Amino acid sequence: MQHGHVGGHVKYFAPTTVEEAVGLLAADPGRRVFAGATDVIPQLRAGRPEPTGLVDLKKIGRLTAVACDDRTWTIGAATPTARLTEHAVFPTELPGVSEAAGLIGSDQVQNRSSLGGNLCNASPAADSVPALVVNGARAVVVGPNGTRTMLVEQVPAGPGRTNLAPGELIAEIQIDRPAPRTGDAYLRLIPRTEMDIAVVGAGAQITLADDGTVASARIALGAVAPTVVRVPAAEAALVGKRIDDAVLAEVAAAASAACNPIDDKRGTVKYRRHVAGVLARRAVTTAAERAAGVTSAARTNGAHA
Amino acid sequence: MSRIHISCTINGDAHDFLTPEDGSLLNALRDDVGLTGVKEGCGTGDCGACSVLLDGNLTCSCLVFAAEAQGADIVTVEGLADGDRLHAVQQAWIEEDVAQCGYCQAGQIMAAVDLLAKAPDPSDEQVASLTNLCRCGTYPRIRKAIKRAAAALKEKS
Repeated sequence: MQHGHVGGHVKYFAPTTVEEAVGLLAADPGRRVFAGATDVIPQLRAGRPEPTGLVDLKKIGRLTAVACDDRTWTIGAATPTARLTEHAVFPTELPGVSEAAGLIGSDQVQNRSSLGGNLCNASPAADSVPALVVNGARAVVVGPNGTRTMLVEQVPAGPGRTNLAPGELIAEIQIDRPAPRTGDAYLRLIPRTEMDIAVVGAGAQITLADDGTVASARIALGAVAPTVVRVPAAEAALVGKRIDDAVLAEVAAAASAACNPIDDKRGTVKYRRHVAGVLARRAVTTAAERAAGVTSAARTNGAHA
Repeated sequence: MSRIHISCTINGDAHDFLTPEDGSLLNALRDDVGLTGVKEGCGTGDCGACSVLLDGNLTCSCLVFAAEAQGADIVTVEGLADGDRLHAVQQAWIEEDVAQCGYCQAGQIMAAVDLLAKAPDPSDEQVASLTNLCRCGTYPRIRKAIKRAAAALKEKS
């Protein structure tokens, strides 16, 4: 390894406004943006094609701000995820998103990693993505043609690929504040306790009606398909019902059926399908407990079935 | 190779140095500033051997472009002691005889300093949550030393 990362040809830019960042990308399509660089630097070291320039988004105030009005959380896309997990309010209002953010790498990584980076790196195993999807999160995208808003679940196009157009970047993630009697949760399985990539991840958001039945449900799975997977059959099985063992068995079966996983060193297709069902059931259970006002920490490891 | 000029604060002192534009902060600290306490382990943010405090946040310096350090405030293991007086974490490391080969220990100490700044009386779970790797397996002594340092800091305050 040479002293420089990639041979000393890559220019570094640190714009202070979104407009400046968009202009830098428009001027040279070989440039790419980064936030924490926790994926970019390992990828460059692994020999990925080098960009002509790296555009650092962290010096843009809007991209590292966390704000909340009476309806919506607006999180700068380059905000370190540690700013969310240590936030005074965010983890109590969106515990599932906070749990997912707190599972990305180590403390060192979480001081750098961001929701925008986790989303745009487009790993099928990205922990924050299923948690954002079940909360209906949106990505505010800026580019040469102005601003548009996409659902987070529409951003990944496949492993390492997004549906952003050339020259576009994500400025903010917006998450609506949860309705009354709503809870979320995110769980993942890794073969050890820390610092690994999800074998399966499962997010759930549940809203309960006053009579204790499920008013709405969203379930999303990570690491079981090229992109994040919603499980409409499991969501439909829940709505209008009380959560009991029979309904949870339906949720698990639907989650297992929705998977399209790969065999790799972290798990086989059969194992991933089974674990997806287990984690979906547990995520729904925890989200519903939170919706009902029962405080509980989600079990962060599904190994002990 | 194009080099850029970086001005920042390291261990309380102003530093100006030239470094490759796309190099890492880790390499800049070692090769351009001469602070070799920071070590390269994996180079991809997994092991923590290169941990420093970057604007107060525990960070793997291998995952930071040196160019990002413009104007930053950086603390390395060399900056923990107050003159000849070691930091309580360093003193505890000696008293528990933590190091075996020693390669990862500067990073372990930085992680411990960061933990005790956030949690002065850390639970066993918090102590065990540090993810810095040690191939010698000195974890039991690391955990004892963190508890010892916490007690020493408490006594001092």
